Amino acid sequence: MTANTDPIHRPRLLGQRSVARLSAAIVQPILSRIVRRVAERHPSLFARLGPHQTTDYIIDPIELPFSLHLRPDPQALIFRAVPRDIAPVAGAAIRGRFMLLLELIDSEEDGDAAFFSRDLEVTGDTEAVVRLRNALDDVDGSIAEETADMFGAPGRAILARLRRSYPTT
Amino acid sequence: MSLAELICPAGTPAALRTAVDAGADAVYCGFQDATNARNFPGLNFTPDELAASVAYAHEKGTKVLLALNTYPPAGKVDLWRQAADTGARFGVDAFIVADMGVADYIARTHPGIRLHLSVQAAASSPEAIRYYCENFGVKRVVLPRILTIPEIRQIREEIPCEIETFIFGNHGLMVEGRCSLTNYLTGQSTNMDGVCSPASDVEYVRHDDGSMSSQIAGFTIDCFGSDEKAGYPTICKGRYTAPHRPEGYYAFEEPISLNLSRLLPELIEAGVHAFKIEGRQRSKSYVRNVVRAFRAAVDDIRAGREANIADLVALTEGQKQTQGAFETKKWR
Amino acid sequence: MAVTNMAKLTLGPIAYHWSAERRRDFYACIADEAPVDEVYLGEVICSKRAPFQEAELPTIIERLERAGKQVVLSSLAEVMLKRERKATEDLAAIDSHEIEINNAAGLYACGKRPHRIGPFMNAYNEATIKWMAHQGATHVVLPTELPAPAIAVATRAARDLGLGVEVQVFGRASLAVSARCYHARAHGRTKDNCQFVCEDDTDGMPLITRDDRPILRVNGIQTQSESYIDLMPEVKRLAGDGVTHLRLMPQAVDMVAVAQVYRRALERRLDLSEAEAVLREICGGAPFSNGFFHGEAGYRRIANANPV
Repeated sequence: MTANTDPIHRPRLLGQRSVARLSAAIVQPILSRIVRRVAERHPSLFARLGPHQTTDYIIDPIELPFSLHLRPDPQALIFRAVPRDIAPVAGAAIRGRFMLLLELIDSEEDGDAAFFSRDLEVTGDTEAVVRLRNALDDVDGSIAEETADMFGAPGRAILARLRRSYPTT
Repeated sequence: MSLAELICPAGTPAALRTAVDAGADAVYCGFQDATNARNFPGLNFTPDELAASVAYAHEKGTKVLLALNTYPPAGKVDLWRQAADTGARFGVDAFIVADMGVADYIARTHPGIRLHLSVQAAASSPEAIRYYCENFGVKRVVLPRILTIPEIRQIREEIPCEIETFIFGNHGLMVEGRCSLTNYLTGQSTNMDGVCSPASDVEYVRHDDGSMSSQIAGFTIDCFGSDEKAGYPTICKGRYTAPHRPEGYYAFEEPISLNLSRLLPELIEAGVHAFKIEGRQRSKSYVRNVVRAFRAAVDDIRAGREANIADLVALTEGQKQTQGAFETKKWR
Repeated sequence: MAVTNMAKLTLGPIAYHWSAERRRDFYACIADEAPVDEVYLGEVICSKRAPFQEAELPTIIERLERAGKQVVLSSLAEVMLKRERKATEDLAAIDSHEIEINNAAGLYACGKRPHRIGPFMNAYNEATIKWMAHQGATHVVLPTELPAPAIAVATRAARDLGLGVEVQVFGRASLAVSARCYHARAHGRTKDNCQFVCEDDTDGMPLITRDDRPILRVNGIQTQSESYIDLMPEVKRLAGDGVTHLRLMPQAVDMVAVAQVYRRALERRLDLSEAEAVLREICGGAPFSNGFFHGEAGYRRIANANPV
């Protein structure tokens, strides 16, 4: 199945803008913890990013009400949820289903394959995306599971439920 | 029966460990510079990473082959020599080389380490292969992906070294080591810089109708409809028009991957010593799945069982696979 | 300066499948009128084409030699099939003429006997050139994509070893070769039943991008640049670096006129901007490029920043 990542096909909800802002605000503290933790545990990741440590990445899970803004600068790390209408101008954007993005981060899925099947869309600075992909791919273990572990049993339960809710392809 | 070693790609230390754990007999990798033909951003090994990776692989009985398979431009030969010296110091099991000057240096300086002739040397005849064997002591040749199985069998009978063939992955169309297409559009050379369609020059443009153009250095080499599968943004996989093809066509090859899983028994019978999986630029997920599948297949064949190959089409370019020239010379 | 006059002009082997008549007429004109010193003959691209030329070859050689041109015989770039191996072996055994080797199978066949290294041999650096010289190479054609600083280093090394050094200064660049025939493919055929459709395209078959930009030319198994390399603005620098031979690749234009304008420029009987203007007129609308020389994208035309 090919995911249609076209913005006009996103579900339109009543009061979408306020939902986006509210949900972005709720997840923000979690995101900050996640990214600090990953940075601490995997410092070699930054070397592979090279000059793209200061690139603004927009990671856009098509079915979530907000997108994610990542600037992997070890001096001033940014990972935040942003409503799409106020997202910063991205150096590079990566768009796809949330679960696919999660699996790519964990190397459970292959990015090139997702690109070939058109499930993953890449725009902007292609080198930035390739570097981020290679940097994340050199991380052993699962960032998703590490993240879930940070929140103990409830975290692991949420991840398990999330995985179950997506059909395996 | 030949050993049918499985030679697996490693773009990062984590991918290397993945390949080793998935059953690779040997892994191949390169440094983070122009000395190898996958000099891609964020990929490859620092010297420290290589040292640790060799230790990991050797502990598990897996060999490490270091790719030094590009062509140093005059004035920059030292970078290749230093890379060879570093690899030797860390105890790599073989160097994969293409340039005669590099081969000559290693043969003289590190005579105890095996030399493999890279596909980048494009040695496709017994005479060419013998030239490298007799002059540099090459122990194994990686054959270009242009030969039929009977032709491989014939070569095997006429050469003094082992044969390695690609069995899965990117299906190169041009004679390797003789392609300047990337340099023509981008100013970065496949032979001298180790790049092919460098990401820095690639851009994907999404259109309102859901279609996507891929551009290299501002040249639009393909446009995929919203439901069309995509391929790598390489010039040799682009769609062009020509006087007799005003509709536009894949002038060289459509996006497609090589998959010889069904030909493994014949290849072994033809005397192929080692099977190479392409894809140092791919993820750990690809490495894990492809290596596991071929490990099981080779083990089955060696045990005299029918090999049951897992379906790998989802990992292929354009989600299509071919047996290319190996199956029939009509491919040419 | 005297050093400029020392560079010889050569005519590379015809890359295309020109008919026997066309070849005969072409070389008759070259013999009579083109101020080139050396002419390379022989089929380099496709072994299927070779039989069409072999009958005429002795006549053409004789004609060129009578006109005082030195003839060098070039080998196939790709050697895989039996007939290709045989052709390479036969060429390497020739001792009546100098030979140019384009495939390692040819190096194997000629052993340590004197030979030239062709542009497909990947002589990128001084270490490789030194190796080749010790195996009997007397002359090396540098890869077309080699940038100027590397040309300078490679040339110095080759000259120190007593080798001639040649650089392509005119004509389409060879960008790739393949086992597959793209001319046949364009016409829905395979290499084995190509029916020599490549004969229709005497200057290659153009490929045009999705945004209507011509970029490549198909010539059988070979892919060439759309642009003609033109290193007219750089010839003095090449000669100054010690390059001994400048190669003109035959295109479907008035090659006698091309050779004449290069000769006059080398002899300083024509200044470079005039020479450029004349060359453009000869070549019609063909785009010129020198990007490889300047370390830029090959298709680019870089204005000469530092005229020597």
